[in-house]
Amino acid sequence: MTDERKIRVLVAKPGLDGHDRGAKVIASSFRDAGFEVIYTGLHQTPEMIVNAAIQEDVDVVAMSILSGAHMTLFPRVKDLLREAGADHILLTGGGIIPEDDAKALEEQGIGKLFGPGTPTSAAVAYIKEWFETQGERV
Amino acid sequence: MEGLSPQLRDLLKRFDQGQKLALARAISIVENERDGFQALLHAVLARGLRSERLGITGPPGAGKSSLVAELANHYRAQGDEVGVVAVDPSSPYSGGALLGDRIRMNDLATDPGIFIRSMATRGSLGGLATTTKEVIDLMDGFGFPRVMVETVGVGQTELEVTSATDTVVVVLVPESGDGVQAMKAGLMEIADVFVVNKADRPGADRLLKELRMAIHLRAGEAMKDIPAHHGVDMGAAVREGAPGKKPRRWEKPEGWQIPVLATEAHSGKGVTELADAVEAHRAHLLASGELEVRRRKRAEIRVRDVVSRELRRVAWRAVAGEELARGLDRITEGAATPYSLAQRFVEGILGGGGPKRGTP
Repeated sequence: MTDERKIRVLVAKPGLDGHDRGAKVIASSFRDAGFEVIYTGLHQTPEMIVNAAIQEDVDVVAMSILSGAHMTLFPRVKDLLREAGADHILLTGGGIIPEDDAKALEEQGIGKLFGPGTPTSAAVAYIKEWFETQGERV
Repeated sequence: MEGLSPQLRDLLKRFDQGQKLALARAISIVENERDGFQALLHAVLARGLRSERLGITGPPGAGKSSLVAELANHYRAQGDEVGVVAVDPSSPYSGGALLGDRIRMNDLATDPGIFIRSMATRGSLGGLATTTKEVIDLMDGFGFPRVMVETVGVGQTELEVTSATDTVVVVLVPESGDGVQAMKAGLMEIADVFVVNKADRPGADRLLKELRMAIHLRAGEAMKDIPAHHGVDMGAAVREGAPGKKPRRWEKPEGWQIPVLATEAHSGKGVTELADAVEAHRAHLLASGELEVRRRKRAEIRVRDVVSRELRRVAWRAVAGEELARGLDRITEGAATPYSLAQRFVEGILGGGGPKRGTP
């Protein structure tokens, strides 16, 4: 038992692309950073991701997308989270995402998106900093 | 019992309306032992509990998650809603965890009649997380008629699942070892049902046979059906052991014969038989009164846990950090021992005034 709040993160791999190395690397880094990581495997639909996020009461959903479908998938998951009353969850992620797209998504309320070559520590630091700003929820 | 805070009262209201978000949040509050979690549990438990609780345990990679998924499908087909708690280990180094049991349960991911929660052990060593039992209670209180718990991959002595569930299924694989393993103390003693999963692999028949043999051995009738060998009929001793009575069946104290079943979780083979065996065990628990005994035992363990936890919390709150640091200095200097320091703290706590000043 500690007083320190655990950060719970769902690492999700939506859509049909089967490249999960990145998701696994980031999941391991999150674990090593002391996060509790729920990894759900490949081929998740937005509905599956949001369902899991709610049941697991995660603080963060981190999606890895290398298929080019990011402009569809991020907004879709964001909408479903909002519909489910779980808009407090930070939706972030990474993959092959052009800067302009990332900027456009951030304007829609999506968190920071990380491209290839990002040190895993940057993603960890980003989530920790965001978490610090969040109060206790009931 | 102290009352609920307005926030928790509101949460409980949403919980009662069947909002999944409220259940998920209630679980987090209990898991993190946040202020008021005991009052919340009290409010939920006071309404009585109804769920049938099934524990699935076994070594890592035995197929526990896959079997849980198959069983959940089976129960869903019967129309029952199912709660699942899946426990995976926390890292003792980083405190983090990678919870991967949902990977095997993806078919269930969007079924509104299923609620899966992953828990990290957070330092607990019994095969469950510290608050897994409480989380099961919450799922029960939420209205799931069936709750399944999957332990971490266990070795031989992580047996806490027995104090969390009504029926325990121990899952093994053909590679798990021979019948001697089954005669050892620990994991093999807690099974209400044995399953040899991945039964299509070589060695499955042998393990099934040896498990049945080991169960009979404990019953003292292993030789019953074996014909005379080298002129010595060992079975006769057993068969004639109790003249005038039927041959003795092996009995666990409460009279349940442990079934040994073969399954192939990836194809669903044997899952119906497993569910039937669990059902039969349930019927046995009810008929024999053993269910009440187990529940009472569970309640006792819970009371002891809560008292210990609360005492520990109160005790350490009474010991000021600087007091401890000063005491440790004195131990380092050789002027005190851990025992004299501890003794002084305990006296201070029991005296009600906290540790007294002065040399330990």
